[in-house]
Amino acid sequence: MITVESLTKHYGGFTAVDDVSFTAATGRVTGFLGPNGAGKSTTMRVMVGLTRPTHGSVTIGGERYGDLGNPGLEVGVLLDASAQHAGRTGREILTVAARTMGLPVSRVPETLARVGLTESEAGRRVRHYSLGMRQRLGIATALIGDPHVLILDEPANGLDPAGIRWMRDLLRGFADDGGTVLLSSHLLHEIEVVADDLVVIGQGRIVAQGTKADLLASTGTLVRTPSVADLARALHEHHIVTHPTDGGLRAETEPGVVGQLALHAGVPLTELRAAEGAGLEEMFLQLTADTARETDAHEGAAA
Amino acid sequence: MTTTTLPRPATEPVTPARHRPRTTRPIPFGRLVRVELRKMFDTRSGFWLMASVAVTAVLASGAVLMFGSEADVTYANLSAAIGVPMAIILPVIAILSVTSEWSQRSGLTTFTLVPHRGRVLLAKAVNTVHVGVAAMVVALTIGAGTNLLGAAAYGIDPVWETSLTDLSHIVLANVLGMAFGFMLGLVIRSSPAAIVGYFVYSFVIGNLLVLLATSQEWFADINRWVNFQYNQTYFFDQQIVAKDWAYLGVSSLLWLVLPLVIGAWAAMRAEVK
Repeated sequence: MITVESLTKHYGGFTAVDDVSFTAATGRVTGFLGPNGAGKSTTMRVMVGLTRPTHGSVTIGGERYGDLGNPGLEVGVLLDASAQHAGRTGREILTVAARTMGLPVSRVPETLARVGLTESEAGRRVRHYSLGMRQRLGIATALIGDPHVLILDEPANGLDPAGIRWMRDLLRGFADDGGTVLLSSHLLHEIEVVADDLVVIGQGRIVAQGTKADLLASTGTLVRTPSVADLARALHEHHIVTHPTDGGLRAETEPGVVGQLALHAGVPLTELRAAEGAGLEEMFLQLTADTARETDAHEGAAA
Repeated sequence: MTTTTLPRPATEPVTPARHRPRTTRPIPFGRLVRVELRKMFDTRSGFWLMASVAVTAVLASGAVLMFGSEADVTYANLSAAIGVPMAIILPVIAILSVTSEWSQRSGLTTFTLVPHRGRVLLAKAVNTVHVGVAAMVVALTIGAGTNLLGAAAYGIDPVWETSLTDLSHIVLANVLGMAFGFMLGLVIRSSPAAIVGYFVYSFVIGNLLVLLATSQEWFADINRWVNFQYNQTYFFDQQIVAKDWAYLGVSSLLWLVLPLVIGAWAAMRAEVK
């Protein structure tokens, strides 16, 4: 589990991250979503001790990253796939990582195979790698220590559709096996297909967070109950379409109707509210548009 | 009997067997030293820099044999000739071992796997001394071989007037040059800028100070106390007395120790972009 508490980072007069708090839960994929320059990378750099926060803290499984004995065996990190010595071969970069962690070098070919880099590709110098190959090598570096947490900054960049599919399955499997995954992206769709939880950031501040199901539910009612099946049956008898969400249902009707039917069916509710999820995409577009406008304005001023 | 099975809350799934949190032991320093040593050799440029120690030692001593006369074939001459390329190559090796983490941005991985930069930098410093001493042993051995070869070619007895103490001074002078390069790497953290900085230091600044000393009497008195470059290179080919050690020690405070402290402090904080 990753816990970010009241994290703030100033660079001179510029506030890159402004009082950010969230958790990435164990067994789940948490998507960290925001336009370019929103503060995602800075937050992730603070997580792994590369950048000192101005205020606040990050803990991983209750410990500061810098206090982990051999962090590579606990947290797999990929911040920038291009940040490698261009003159090393892919195999050598992975070997250096394995040696640093104290792992047997037999892990190197295993891990290369796991991320789909061939022997001949691994023998090439990283200077000649495509971005997709660099991403695979970066993911290999993150995975080789068999960690229980993954922190990946824009890992899908440069991957082809098959690669994105592979990445999605890999992260899903990692979380299903009890790992914690935090991945960032500036593309809503990319995150939507794999994340369980979403944290949306814009201009250094968190603008939305919650389960993907809650945030993306477009219309209708969100209802939670310990007796999901009973409630679904009651709603279906009245021809109300339902969609399962985490611990509850999204029903395509008004909250009042759901409440009335639940009362008749004798189903206890733990939560009942209007779904406001349609807002997410709009909000994200708004965030992106704001950033884009600023960029245009800067470019306009420069020209 | 009625049992109510509550669905498990979504945020607290039972952790399956794999990917369980575990406690790991700190990375031993010896391992960091071995990894950092490997990183000095494992790129094409690193490999050829190391190889050039032997190659230029052969070329420099070969040049003495080919273009010199019978009287030039002495171990002192040969080791002086070999010293010229060493004084250029070894500091560059030291510089690149530090600056590549920033210039090539590999520090992003290095400092994430080892979130204690001081230990990484110390491992690099240890290797700088290791490599400096090992390279000089190789170079001086090549010089000794050439001396035997030259003596045999001219049909004379080989001349070995260079003492073991002289040799250790030559090694020390080179290691100090590497230490200076290492310091520049920490302070500047950019490969080309640090290399240029080293050449400015070794070919311009020392000589300028000597020039100043010959024209200004007040500076002549203090030159040896402040001119680290002069004192360092003095160890290559002079008889060393106690006072020379004092000059070296005092001038190194200003030129080496203080900037090393400042550079280490800066490198501990500098972001790897």
